[in-house]
Amino acid sequence: MLERKDIDNLAVLARLDLSDAEKDKLQKDMESILGYISELQKAPAVEESHKSSDYSLKNVMREDGEAYESGVNTEAILAEAPKVKNGYFAVKKILDN
Amino acid sequence: MTKIDLKNLTIKTAHEALVRGDFTAVELAEAYLAEIKLNNERLNAFLEVFADVREQAQKADARIRAGKDVDILTGIPMAIKDNILIKGRKCSSASKMLENYTATYDATVIKKLKDKGVVFLGRTNMDDFAMGGSTENSAYGPTKNPFDDTLVSGGSSGGSASAVGGGLALCALGSDTGGSIRQPSSFCGTVGLKPTYGAVSRFGAMAMASSLDQIGPIAKNTEDAEIIFKAIRGADGLDSTAFDYDSNESPQKFKIGVPYSFLNQGGIDQVVLDNFNETLEKLKKAGHEVVEVAMPNLHYSLACYYVLMPAEVSTNMARFDGVRYGLHLDGKDMTEDYFKTRGAGFGREVRRRIMLGTYVLSAGYYDAFYNKAIQVRELVKQDYIKAFSSVDVVVTPTAPTPAFPIGKNTNDPLQMYLEDIFTVPVNLAGVPALSTPTGKTESGLPLAIHAVGNYKREDILFAFSRAIENL
Repeated sequence: MLERKDIDNLAVLARLDLSDAEKDKLQKDMESILGYISELQKAPAVEESHKSSDYSLKNVMREDGEAYESGVNTEAILAEAPKVKNGYFAVKKILDN
Repeated sequence: MTKIDLKNLTIKTAHEALVRGDFTAVELAEAYLAEIKLNNERLNAFLEVFADVREQAQKADARIRAGKDVDILTGIPMAIKDNILIKGRKCSSASKMLENYTATYDATVIKKLKDKGVVFLGRTNMDDFAMGGSTENSAYGPTKNPFDDTLVSGGSSGGSASAVGGGLALCALGSDTGGSIRQPSSFCGTVGLKPTYGAVSRFGAMAMASSLDQIGPIAKNTEDAEIIFKAIRGADGLDSTAFDYDSNESPQKFKIGVPYSFLNQGGIDQVVLDNFNETLEKLKKAGHEVVEVAMPNLHYSLACYYVLMPAEVSTNMARFDGVRYGLHLDGKDMTEDYFKTRGAGFGREVRRRIMLGTYVLSAGYYDAFYNKAIQVRELVKQDYIKAFSSVDVVVTPTAPTPAFPIGKNTNDPLQMYLEDIFTVPVNLAGVPALSTPTGKTESGLPLAIHAVGNYKREDILFAFSRAIENL
């Protein structure tokens, strides 16, 4: 069901550098996990009329406005960044000319 | 120094002793530091013991001496799972990705506990980004079970449960996405609560699967768990899912529902089943009623969880890009930086779940897996809502086995996932659940009962758990 090229594609989508050995193992593991979760197809459909109108979830809003005063956390946050330049996160050039 | 009887100490008795002046918060903290020094190398429960524990305790002592702002938690030593942020302290989620990360803010639960004068002993070991059921996925080695150090502590909050069960902390915080507070509590003989979804703010807890995650207490008894829950719960402008609700009056005698058809599917150790049935018999003798409840969709829960959880994991883990914080490995261009950083920073189980999540969310499979799982989640909720129209609690064992040997399940992810069979449905539905110890196996390993309550009914779970403790 899962081919090696599927694993290669997923790794690209997920931006993960994986060794060939890990990909082999993943192909096997995912086959067995996907087999197990395919059980779901046997579950009955939800009847719309019986939908629980969410007992647990509730949106909580706050007033519009700044959650934090601008700049108060900048220094502490940038201190965690691997590379910083002039108060910004630094990354490699993204666009070619 | 006064010799403190740590074994029989609870939050309440510690508080009373602190206020009476039997011992100081510094002496109490030092007693735990001594236990940690004695046992942590063996158990690997703490990843870091904070250097300023005595200073924190001195501040608590000053409050107690002044008799001002004294809370029941003032001066109480607590361990914190390594995925809950404390400003200025390292917080790694037991991952290589965040090995050198220092939290830039306090989680809401930490802010609340700081205000009460809690003494934070250190940060506890866990599975890498809370993904696992045994703490074997920690980048810093497994946590051992305090009752037998060749066995796992359970997980993912294994460090917190081992610390409390092994007497290295009076109490702890954990987080629970599919059983990560309750299952290690079962293995380590502690009481663990997964609150109603939204009862406790998730702000400052590293996200794993945001629609399932909750922070909760791991404690020596029900009373302590309740004290901590009350201290950390409540609405929070920084978590749009956190809300307030009133406590209700709990019944004294319980109508206990058992989903026998779910239980009888096999896979449960006989010793677990025997202990569970004995507990039910004792409950009946104590005047509680035990009935069967039909919950025909519960057995889809684990499959449903292993679609929704990886889907949310793959999304949440996308933030680790090696640019803003955490590990960074250099490649030849920006894209290669991502691949190298993420490939090396995440542990094997995290990588596996990101791959699974990417698969179930990809075009062509989205409907068959993700959308179907969303519907099944609704069926699981309906099963609980229907059950709670006729019973007060739904009970099963917490885990299908007692603590298992380190290394036993590491090569078979599906077998490891099955450890969560009884705890996962609760996170899908968003209802609260509590694990309470119910004795030990012949070889001395803790066993536990898992009680699920209706939305917002932690009060019933605490009352029920007390009834178990009094059997």
